[in-house]
Amino acid sequence: MNTIVCVKQVLDPEIPPAKFKIDPEAKQVIPPAGVPPVISVYDERAVEAACRLKDKHKGKITVISMGSAKAADVIKHAISMGADDGFVLQDPAFENLDSFGTAYVLSKAIQKIGGYDLILCGRQAADWGAGQVGSILAEILGLPVVTLACAIEAVDKKLKVKRMVSDGYEVLEAPMPSLVTVSSEIGLPRLPGGMGLMMARKKQIPIWKAKDIGAEPSQLDKAKAHTEVTGLSVPTRKTECEIIAGGTPGEAAANLALKISKLI
Amino acid sequence: MDTHKGVLVVGEITEGKLAPITIELLGAGRKLANELGEELSILLMGSKAGGLGQEGIAYGADHVYVAEDTLLDQYNSEAYTQVAAELCRKALPSIMLLGYTDVGCDLAPRLNGRLGGGLAMDCLALSVDPATKLLVSTRPVFGGNAQATIVSKVARPQMATVRLKTMPPAERNDSRQGKVIPVEGKIDPSALKVKVVERIKEETEGVKLEDAEVVVSGGRGIGSAQNWGMIKELALALGGAVGATRPACDEGWASVSLQIGQSGKVVSPKLYIAVALSGAMSHISGHLGSKYIVAINKDKDANIFSVAHFGIVGDYKEIVPALTAKLKELKSK
Repeated sequence: MNTIVCVKQVLDPEIPPAKFKIDPEAKQVIPPAGVPPVISVYDERAVEAACRLKDKHKGKITVISMGSAKAADVIKHAISMGADDGFVLQDPAFENLDSFGTAYVLSKAIQKIGGYDLILCGRQAADWGAGQVGSILAEILGLPVVTLACAIEAVDKKLKVKRMVSDGYEVLEAPMPSLVTVSSEIGLPRLPGGMGLMMARKKQIPIWKAKDIGAEPSQLDKAKAHTEVTGLSVPTRKTECEIIAGGTPGEAAANLALKISKLI
Repeated sequence: MDTHKGVLVVGEITEGKLAPITIELLGAGRKLANELGEELSILLMGSKAGGLGQEGIAYGADHVYVAEDTLLDQYNSEAYTQVAAELCRKALPSIMLLGYTDVGCDLAPRLNGRLGGGLAMDCLALSVDPATKLLVSTRPVFGGNAQATIVSKVARPQMATVRLKTMPPAERNDSRQGKVIPVEGKIDPSALKVKVVERIKEETEGVKLEDAEVVVSGGRGIGSAQNWGMIKELALALGGAVGATRPACDEGWASVSLQIGQSGKVVSPKLYIAVALSGAMSHISGHLGSKYIVAINKDKDANIFSVAHFGIVGDYKEIVPALTAKLKELKSK
């Protein structure tokens, strides 16, 4: 079973808020010095889902990432987890694309790779979190789509997908190929093994430009963008925290209990 | 873009009634429509949707489009996409609103992919730019560290999914007038490639996290599964629900369905008690809508104190049991 996983390299979402700085003019985040970018959390779970299917059914996992040349790092991370191959999609024309542009570029790379049974994406990116690239990609490729997956199995050449809903879950049966977006409920990603790390170190990650995948410049025209970010700001929060004191921790707790009982 | 006019809400029906998010969307949609001087419509799908036509009008819709088909009784991604896309192509709304719910999270991006519109997910505010008359959608980005405004200059419809409980619900007025319009056209069952095999309702013990008036959350600082019991007891004493940070879920102390924050649930209870958690932005973005936030942490510089209304600096192992005991005592009086 052959799977293609789309991953994104993002600013580490676990940085302390004090390190988070933006450039409101450029509407961009200023990456803090000394904090390496990471694979987006849901995308890492998508790689994990692909590895679980490969553990059971063999096959090949190909990982693609649109971004800077440094995105090779997140592909190597996926390879260390168990992926086989990967490509970075990097071109000045790919910078600052909206969700449609991103989905278009991914679709061209996927068509070039071909021979897939399943395409996996994270449910949304951990940075801009637009939450729509997977579904638009499925529409471009004409594939069925299942979103918010918390488990994926392959049974009799069909996909059995558990999808999270607010009061439980649904079990869906999808044909192959389909596109599935993965939620964090799928479970923790595996830690890279020694073998995987060695594979990742040795692997050359080719870079594909717009012309390598046949991406039409007219489809990447920012003047035709479907959405535009017109402002970026850090919300100011002014909350005065009243520290509840007491002679002992127990006393402070009792004082807090009195406060709380008046609030609810 | 004069070809597209009006605001269309895609409604959700739960247990035979308009879902709370749908009434909130009608409230938000009515405001936008009034500012534009245009009409507000709603699409209702399901074999008994017609019965809710008057409800839609009472809550502010000028037109209620009703698609009655048993294939629409439960959410089916492709069937809903087909019906909503077809209506959009005929009615040509300028703005389309959906809930940021498990239906909206699936339907909105797919519909957008099919229609070629411009979509902003998880919006906290919507307005009309007075100069351009474009929809301006405000949404959290970077795990809540920042907020972005999104605009679609040329793509139509301008679409947004709206977070629950962020916009005031529409007020009911039974004397309002409007039109119920059946949506013609059959769903093509051969296009329904994904089959819904079953739907499992999971019973939560105690109060459901999203509905709870009080949420008590623990973080990595709790330190062990055994100590996690203190969080549960405090929640129980307050008649509230238990929540957790991502690290606490990763440790296996709490079920991943209790995770609050960027990669988990968003809650807005009356009272949120954060215990032994530092307040990473990716977590607090999930509970900033709470009316009161209480922090218990041994580090006085922890970020959680910057968003809390009340706090105690100290070891939670000494504070939480005493707090639980005192609350029980106060309740028994």
